[in-house]
Amino acid sequence: MAEKDVIIGLEVHVQLNKLNSKLFCGCSTDYHDSAPNTHTCPVCLGLPGTLPVLNRGAVEYAIRVALALNCEIQGETLFYRKNYYYPDLPKAFQITQYDFPIGLGGKILIKGDDGEEKTIRITRVHMEEDPGRLVHAGTIDRAKYTMVDYNRCGMALLEVVTEPDLRSPKEARSFLDKLRNILEYLEVFDGDLEGAMRIDSNISLVGGERAEVKNISSHKGVEKALAYEITRQRSARRRGVAQVQETRHYDELRGITVTIRTKEEAHDYRYFPEPDLVPMRIADWVPRVEAELPELPDAKRERFVAEYGIADDHAKSLTSEIRVANFYEDVAKRSSPRLAAAWIADVLKGELNYRDATIESFSPGHMVEILSMLEADKITEKGAVEVIRTILDAGGDPAGVVEAKGLVKVEDDAVKEAVQAAVKECSQAVADYKSGNEKSINFIVGMVMKKTRGRADPAEANRLVKEALDEI
Amino acid sequence: MLRELKEVLAAGASAEERVAALFEKIKRSKLNAYNNLSEDSALERAREFDRAPWSGLLAGVPIAIKSCISTRGIETNCSSRILKGYIPPYDAHVIERLKKEGAIVVGKTNMDEFAMGTSTESSYFGTTRNPWDLDRVPGGSSGGSAAAVAAGEAPCALGSDTGGSIRCPASFCGIVGLKPTYGLVSRYGLVSYANSLEQIGPLTLNVEDAALVMEVIAGHDQRDSTSVNSEGGYLSGLDGGVEGLVCGVPKEYFGEGVDPAVEKSVWDAISKLEELGASWKEVSLPHTKYALAAYYIIAMSEASSNLARFDGLRYGLRLGADQDWHTTFSEIRAAGFGPEVKRRILLGTYALSAGYYGRYYLKALKVRTLIKQDFERALATGGADVLVTPTMPFPAFKIGERIEDPLSLYMADVFTVPINLAGVPAISVPCGFADGLPIGLQIIGRHFDEVGVLRTAKAYEDATPYHETVPKEVV
Repeated sequence: MAEKDVIIGLEVHVQLNKLNSKLFCGCSTDYHDSAPNTHTCPVCLGLPGTLPVLNRGAVEYAIRVALALNCEIQGETLFYRKNYYYPDLPKAFQITQYDFPIGLGGKILIKGDDGEEKTIRITRVHMEEDPGRLVHAGTIDRAKYTMVDYNRCGMALLEVVTEPDLRSPKEARSFLDKLRNILEYLEVFDGDLEGAMRIDSNISLVGGERAEVKNISSHKGVEKALAYEITRQRSARRRGVAQVQETRHYDELRGITVTIRTKEEAHDYRYFPEPDLVPMRIADWVPRVEAELPELPDAKRERFVAEYGIADDHAKSLTSEIRVANFYEDVAKRSSPRLAAAWIADVLKGELNYRDATIESFSPGHMVEILSMLEADKITEKGAVEVIRTILDAGGDPAGVVEAKGLVKVEDDAVKEAVQAAVKECSQAVADYKSGNEKSINFIVGMVMKKTRGRADPAEANRLVKEALDEI
Repeated sequence: MLRELKEVLAAGASAEERVAALFEKIKRSKLNAYNNLSEDSALERAREFDRAPWSGLLAGVPIAIKSCISTRGIETNCSSRILKGYIPPYDAHVIERLKKEGAIVVGKTNMDEFAMGTSTESSYFGTTRNPWDLDRVPGGSSGGSAAAVAAGEAPCALGSDTGGSIRCPASFCGIVGLKPTYGLVSRYGLVSYANSLEQIGPLTLNVEDAALVMEVIAGHDQRDSTSVNSEGGYLSGLDGGVEGLVCGVPKEYFGEGVDPAVEKSVWDAISKLEELGASWKEVSLPHTKYALAAYYIIAMSEASSNLARFDGLRYGLRLGADQDWHTTFSEIRAAGFGPEVKRRILLGTYALSAGYYGRYYLKALKVRTLIKQDFERALATGGADVLVTPTMPFPAFKIGERIEDPLSLYMADVFTVPINLAGVPAISVPCGFADGLPIGLQIIGRHFDEVGVLRTAKAYEDATPYHETVPKEVV
């Protein structure tokens, strides 16, 4: 539930992991399955004498994202150094943006906790380099030693900063889902890769100071960390302990946040313009990038409703992932768009979810085939669900599964015969029905299903049994 | 010099013998010009050259490299304890170019620690001595490179110049040193002290050699975003004289604080240029008095950030047992940096701090713009073609004389730092002696007019004997 006294703002770090190379050097970004410290070079290791060279592709991706988030693109943008010591930062400064970030003042629409559409304002979008990754032997506050992997070091990051417009952990989650959705539409980001999205969150209760919670690496983690923080801050308030401005670390394993430093210990990052890079005039790039911008989720959803005549709920569900949307359009073009929408949004997505599988596990061709069998009345709805489940669990193709499992819809005559037989055999149930116990019809329908070995359509069987009973 | 050397080598003289003789001389030397030698690789390369001579602008020519320029496989310690033993896995852009043109790297020269100094006295490995007077400093920070070239321990060398670090030691050691226009030579591989100010440049025995080295090292490198294309012509544009040239003489560069002998030599040089067909006129660089303050704020601010990476974690100094990272970093940095480096890191950190950034760093950048405009105005079309000044206000001072008084050392840079702030090119050439100590003449040009600067220097050099005078052999 939205809680009136909770104020949340997010800083989301998005790895532009669809780029081929890092932000300031030529190292490959394809390090996720590699041994530690194998995707490094003198530049991303910050060896003495090395200089950064900006990856133009990263700037283009950043412009794409900033535009998609409705930001105003700055005509000239530049990099700064953010100075601080940490073992994951080999230069002891991070090249990032400060004044003149690439985008300012955007917005994202999400569904608020009250069910209404809600605008979350974006303060800024800026580019920066990713530090390395620390691997602690144990937990951060008790580790005996820590190892550093610089494979990630120098990856292009975008930081998306929101205004404090979120009112609950759930809204925070909706925001992140929507952001991820947009980023995947833009083809700049693969959210499935480890470390693709990392979140720092500012959270406070009205009238209290804020805590910054760092190191949240999943959407689920955000909900948990924020819920923990709200409870912690509330109970502190009840005990009369004032929240101080502080930075806290989210310990995912323990599901708690621990304080790292208070405002007094806050860093002075001594930002100053990076002398090894020159300011970039990007105003000229914007029209082209804008023209090449793909259709975004909200627009696609509206188009689906208009073009395919499907329900808004279905359109929303189908566009929540670009891959599902593409799957749907592929199927819709080859079968009834409405039927396809219902079966993909209501059935297939549920079955995938249940199995923690992605849309790639199912072929659009199979979906088209199943829908056409349904339309031709060759299989029942129940049978269609069975086909989908079987293909997901054991593979195969629709025709084969229907054949193997005997799912061909039984002829009406056979069902009628079964109904007559069942009514004859279940005299007690018939008597009960006649004396007003309507539920006893279920017993007779069950018998019909048994006699047809499940191939009869249950609704149809029900109708026929009722007809037969009414005739008696 | 280099031309003769190349001719001799091309005629079949043994490069190995020459390189070996050089090492012999270096090892007997009292100058302490080198931190470390690359004897094996240099001799091996010389033998290869003798077996199958290659062509190239510097074919077979030995060269000394300042210790802050990265050389693959050769220790590059910036004369600091914190980088003692650090061997770069890559070559600086200039080193790649030198190798491509056939040069042979003989070793890494001493310098002020991380190029912070005017005397080479802040080196962790002890000061380098001036070949003209062993009790005096060679200047700095490229003191090792200058002393080596002046004493014949290398036919040419590379240095780096952030606020005068090539021109000052060239002046003190009586040789030629050129600081190129900012952006003309790639800084890739130069260990950064103050990125927005520094350039790599040649230290040589004469102007032609400096032009030759520039032909090799100048030009765009995609790994340095601040580097630009070179139009070349340094060698081919050398001759042509100074007929019709207008020399600007900035009034702020004479008078109080300048040794009278230096002033006299520079005026003699101006007269000599007049004799050769140039004219001179007084110009003003009105913001000169703010240059030192702006320079030190910018340089120290950038340095405080650049030097933060030296923590011993990945390379460099390591002390005994590790504790938590914070303590370990602190201890390594406390032990690894000398007092001048620490002073500059502290001052730079202070200048960039919240609340002071606007008052110091931003203000210094504004002053820098004004100083750049001073030079652009003085060197505008219709004004002067080059500016002529003393390089240093005085000749080499005694070792230990100023090291305890940082401010007086900083003051020595008064005529060299404005050039770095403006980004223009400047050369120092020998123009006389005071009590047996060399004096340097500074010729400053328009942005990217290295050709004009070199041509002026060459005409002057051709008409004067100072570059031919060499120190008594110091062994």
